[in-house]
Amino acid sequence: MKRFVPLTITFFVGTLLIFSVFIPPMETLGENFTLFFDIIAVFAFFLGGGNLIRVHFTKISRKKEDWPFSFVTIFGFLFMLAAGLFKIGNPGDIASSVTAPDSLFEMVYRAVFVPLGSTMYALLAFFVASASYRAFRAKNREATLLLIAAFIILLGSTPFGTMLTSWVPELMSVLQIPNLAVWIMSSPNLAGQRAILIGIGLGVVSISLRLILGLERTYLGDDGA
Amino acid sequence: MKKSTIIIFALVVLVFIASWILKGSTNEGDSPYLQGFLVTLAAFLTLAIMSFLYKDNPYYKFAEHLFVGVSAAYWMCLGFWSTIVGNLIPRLSRGMSDFFQVPYIEGDYNFFFVIPIIFGVLLLMRLSPKGGWLSRWPLAFIVGTTAGLNFVRYLRSDFIKQIYSTIIPLVVEWKGFGAFFSDFTLSATGQLALMGTNIVIFIGVICGLIYFYFSKEHTGLFGRASRVGIWILMITFGASFGYTVMGRISLLVGRITFLFKDWLEIIN
Amino acid sequence: MMVHNLISTILITGENIGVTVSLAVIFGGLAWLMYRSIKGREVDRRVIFLFIFVAVATPIIFTITFEFKATPIVRALYDKIESLPENSTVLLSYDFDPAMAPEVQPMANALTRHCLAKGHKIVYMCLFATGQGQLERTFREVIRPEFADKVDGIDYVNLGYKAGNEGVLNVIITDFQKMFPTDVNTVPYDSIPIFNNIKSCKDLDFIVSIGGGRPGIKEWILFVGDPGDIPIAAGVAAVVAPQLYPYYPNQLLGLLGGVKGAAEYENTLKDNYPRFENSDTPAIKMMGPQTLAHIVIMLFIIIGNILYFREKRLGKHK
Repeated sequence: MKRFVPLTITFFVGTLLIFSVFIPPMETLGENFTLFFDIIAVFAFFLGGGNLIRVHFTKISRKKEDWPFSFVTIFGFLFMLAAGLFKIGNPGDIASSVTAPDSLFEMVYRAVFVPLGSTMYALLAFFVASASYRAFRAKNREATLLLIAAFIILLGSTPFGTMLTSWVPELMSVLQIPNLAVWIMSSPNLAGQRAILIGIGLGVVSISLRLILGLERTYLGDDGA
Repeated sequence: MKKSTIIIFALVVLVFIASWILKGSTNEGDSPYLQGFLVTLAAFLTLAIMSFLYKDNPYYKFAEHLFVGVSAAYWMCLGFWSTIVGNLIPRLSRGMSDFFQVPYIEGDYNFFFVIPIIFGVLLLMRLSPKGGWLSRWPLAFIVGTTAGLNFVRYLRSDFIKQIYSTIIPLVVEWKGFGAFFSDFTLSATGQLALMGTNIVIFIGVICGLIYFYFSKEHTGLFGRASRVGIWILMITFGASFGYTVMGRISLLVGRITFLFKDWLEIIN
Repeated sequence: MMVHNLISTILITGENIGVTVSLAVIFGGLAWLMYRSIKGREVDRRVIFLFIFVAVATPIIFTITFEFKATPIVRALYDKIESLPENSTVLLSYDFDPAMAPEVQPMANALTRHCLAKGHKIVYMCLFATGQGQLERTFREVIRPEFADKVDGIDYVNLGYKAGNEGVLNVIITDFQKMFPTDVNTVPYDSIPIFNNIKSCKDLDFIVSIGGGRPGIKEWILFVGDPGDIPIAAGVAAVVAPQLYPYYPNQLLGLLGGVKGAAEYENTLKDNYPRFENSDTPAIKMMGPQTLAHIVIMLFIIIGNILYFREKRLGKHK
């Protein structure tokens, strides 16, 4: 029962969605199942939120490392949740958008979520710079090729690259750095990315088939035995 | 607690309040002090995250923990209002649709919309220590849907269409020396340029795929092709590195612009 | 000659003394870094961080702007919007979060300007929940101040976010109303004039996904563009742009990659539409700091490699 039902569900839903592509009358059924999937996705968000609270309460109760900060997470979570679910300060009524301008939810998004989210990623600029100084070495032919391509792209995407090779005659304009950068992107880069894409595509197709046929069971949380 | 920690904390609070008052008093428009508070808060949270560059510290940890909580709630709220209220309730209950002021949708399949609720509740059972195994059913539904959706689409777009786009003319129609060597530019009207690009794409894809094929030893002609594959992939990774640098710098520019423009107002 | 050009450009457009001093600090610092590295002394990573901060901050304070010519892949997207007849319906999908916003928000704003100025109707939607928050920014910065005459529901509509990633796309490829029974303000689908002749994505004239993560343009191509044979283009964060080239031009009509793509688009728009002469061009402004930061990072790589080869010659590396 613990394995049979999930495997049957996967097989049934997967097969139905594949057939719905080939058999137009099944299209509506496919749409509905996809809509079910979309709704379940929201429950996955709820599960994520519930799990977050559970983890942080455990952290507080067991006084694990940095446990006082768990209060910050729980406070932030509950505050934002209340602001969004009850549409606090929303200038419209219950039917208006949850992100309506000047609602509490939108204000917290603007003043807390946006700066925190974007600065987290902005930090990577510093680490990329540090890695450039410490790690990028032309140790062999392949690494040198990588660095040359990177240099052309870096130069080509700035006006400095244009200025460096502005003396190259128009007839040979492909040799101007910005044009060379465009060529790298649309020729060798395209070829390399396509090889990777085809590989991944085949991988996804085969793993999908294995999942539908029940040959791949790791998602059930055991070895499938 | 160390004395220096308390002094730094007091300083941070003081600067925050000073910034709030200054921003509030110089702001124009509705509720200037509220807007002043929001900009100051955003600036301080930005600086709190950036303080990690010096070393890990409580201000960074505070900001990091706040982000986790706020972002989880943000996604939950949006999911609730957009999909649960927007798509599920109008198909299930007229009374609740009226309450949320969403138009009720009549249809013969409405009854089946109990299925995602059941699966959704079963998914939440994962939080319970004993009923966790029941969450495998909705998980199986999610996995089945994803597999079913991806199977055909990946086959079509990432395999068949990619092969189709790789089978391109490697030799162009001869229109004389002039046309062949002229206009060696990116507009690709020059025949030589177009031919070169097509050859690189065709050979690059084949050799790249050969490099990923591990069932045969990479020796002889196969090995040489695999070697070309590595070169192509190295250029690809170099291009990706260049673009990654560009992207990361842009994000930093975005944050510093915010600090200088919206908070400190030293630029327009 | 070209270095002279660059310097003169900076000196003409920037505030001379400030820029000169800042450039002197950056390049003097790099020379110091090189000297220290050659001497074999450890350089603290925080010094590197400081350099990159100064390299980015200086051109923000002393604005340096450049002109950009659109590359073919950007031009293709611009030309597509230009070539559509008036009153065409274009879908703009906001598939990004605040972390990608500095790169892609300028694209979203420029595309909105272009479509509305050209007389097209815009359908906004999001595959990222955060897209709905970012969409609010376009309304605040572009639509309300610059297109006050455009009417919600007639000239544009905001459908907002729906959960389900590719699941959303798999429904709207055949039935829009099933996924979006109302817009973001709960106005019923049937009473939104824009949708009078639109049943599914197949009835749209053009789709542009603006994003950089998952779900994003890849899902749009796989689940909508290819099955429905609908013209699709994208504006994406630089990190994912190289991965999308295999789709161009057969499956992806055009692509704005990173802030450079956005700057090219803004420039083209400004050149062709005098009404946008004074509109904000954040991407063009970002290219000044971008240029200096690229140069500093390349110099970091060069210094690092000089150090490496020097050590190799001295026999420290094997």
